Amino acid sequence: MTDVPESESTGTGAPTAGAVASPMVEAHGLVKRFGDFVAVDGVDFSIAKGESFGFLGPNGAGKTSTMRMISCISPLSGGTLRVLGMDPAKDGSRIRSRMGLVPQEDSLDLELTVLDNLMIYGRYFDMPKKVIRARAEQLLDFAQLTERANDRVDPLSGGMKRRLTIARALISDPDLLILDEPTTGLDPQARHLLWDRLYRLKQDGVTLVITTHYMDEAEQLCDRLVVMDKGRFAAEGSPRQLIDTYSTKEVVELRFAPGQHEEVAASLTELAERQEVLPDRILLYTDDGDAALAEVARMGHVARATLVRRSTLEDVFLRLTGRSLVD
Amino acid sequence: MTAISDAATPGSPALFGHGEAVASRRYATPMWLRAARYWGYQYKRTWRSSVVTSFLIPVLYLAAMGVALGSLIDKHSHGVDGVTYVAFLAPGLLAGTCMQIGTNDATYPVMGAIKWVRTYFAQLAGPLSVYDVLLGHLAWIAARLAIVTTIYLSVMAIFGVVYSPWAILALPAAVLTGMAFAGPVSAFAATQDKDSSFSTLYRFAIIPMFLFSGTFFPVSQLPTWLEVVAYCLPLYHGVALCRDLTLGQVSWADLGHAAYLTALLGAGYAAGRRTFAKRLVV
Repeated sequence: MTDVPESESTGTGAPTAGAVASPMVEAHGLVKRFGDFVAVDGVDFSIAKGESFGFLGPNGAGKTSTMRMISCISPLSGGTLRVLGMDPAKDGSRIRSRMGLVPQEDSLDLELTVLDNLMIYGRYFDMPKKVIRARAEQLLDFAQLTERANDRVDPLSGGMKRRLTIARALISDPDLLILDEPTTGLDPQARHLLWDRLYRLKQDGVTLVITTHYMDEAEQLCDRLVVMDKGRFAAEGSPRQLIDTYSTKEVVELRFAPGQHEEVAASLTELAERQEVLPDRILLYTDDGDAALAEVARMGHVARATLVRRSTLEDVFLRLTGRSLVD
Repeated sequence: MTAISDAATPGSPALFGHGEAVASRRYATPMWLRAARYWGYQYKRTWRSSVVTSFLIPVLYLAAMGVALGSLIDKHSHGVDGVTYVAFLAPGLLAGTCMQIGTNDATYPVMGAIKWVRTYFAQLAGPLSVYDVLLGHLAWIAARLAIVTTIYLSVMAIFGVVYSPWAILALPAAVLTGMAFAGPVSAFAATQDKDSSFSTLYRFAIIPMFLFSGTFFPVSQLPTWLEVVAYCLPLYHGVALCRDLTLGQVSWADLGHAAYLTALLGAGYAAGRRTFAKRLVV
């Protein structure tokens, strides 16, 4: 499997962050309640044209509820929301006709063929059959499903179904593509293939809104993201900014015999800017990992395993919420 | 697994922001009709088996009960209410069949569109609203009822039991009968989590109604109290309306029958708007 093609040179539709155009999505004090439970607790955000914006957070953080409000499926419980310059409460249908939605749970018609699924979906947008067919051909090529066009959907792999769902969401050439946990449940190979496709959309200037609980996915795909926890934003910025702000350059991971972690950690407090003691390992946050590791050895601690790595969004999340992203 | 091969070069402008698809998606087909179109598309795949269940079976009934059993009845009691038994039975079976189709199409397909195939969610991801989704599904059921009824009435004509030009109106009457069930039943189906409630519905409502609503014999044959119960059943009104029309015995009472069925459809639709919204919009 080859790497994600990096073709900056084509330069078509590169995201222009500084565009003065009105935002694609703008929310102020957005709230979603289910009875007494507050799923989204007054969040503000703005998503610009051509931007790839991510909601990162664990299950139950309020990501999907936020997405469902943006996609005009779920009414707001409070606050204001403008999508494509319109009000979801009044113009839901018009907004959705310019939007592509990839829900968490597939809603493909398994008994129909791949092509029929695209045809039917295009007809919801009232596109003429001829236009849909031409576009379906391109999209199947994009989703690498051309050879399966006339096969039933049922036996396709999870990754193929996901790609088909994305192709389907693109049938009407939406201004905004919303993806709710696009790669959850897929094997690594299928995920990389999907990322590659989404990366291409990004290059084409399609505005992407993505929820995920995988930080590698957020790092790969998002220009800007918010870390969500318990219905609120814990932080906001580009993946790089978040790491710079909330974590150190490097992280040392140390594994000791079970039961030793607390004791060892107590003696290491001076070594790093910050440390986290997890059940299975100690994390030392420092700008020079090798130096810290040498110091640990000099102090006479013998770790079962050590690792020096760069900080990731996982570390940011741990710092902000005190727990890991994926349990 | 083959390597990722980019048949289309990355960043090719053809797919996105091209405008052709955008320009084409502004046709004025009503939203509910777009939803109904889906069901029509789907039907193309299953129409053979549905023709068997919803059309062939009543035709067999008509032959066996109407003609064979009917000859016995006609010989001994000179027909029913002044007409041959087959002429009496045919419109009753038509109404009963429409009840079954209306109920059937509003139970499992509705649950499937919510839970299994998730069709409604696919529709709601596009420009359709929850009311379009409901109306579209009901419109499709009405269309299917119209198809079945048309064939059925033709078969009745072949059997020689269409007695009057009023029979033309038996088409909308039979459709209305089916819809008087499809409306409330779809509203009910949208509240259900398991399909076991549907067999209960069949066992305790649909099948008894099929037997005791004047379909096979006049309700005057029933004990008085049961006769009164029968008058309240929706299928009784559907049967009476269809029968009056095919036999040409039209009276003002038929307006009452039609009004009853229309009210039931209306109430069902109103309830469906609530239950669909409650289930699909959270």
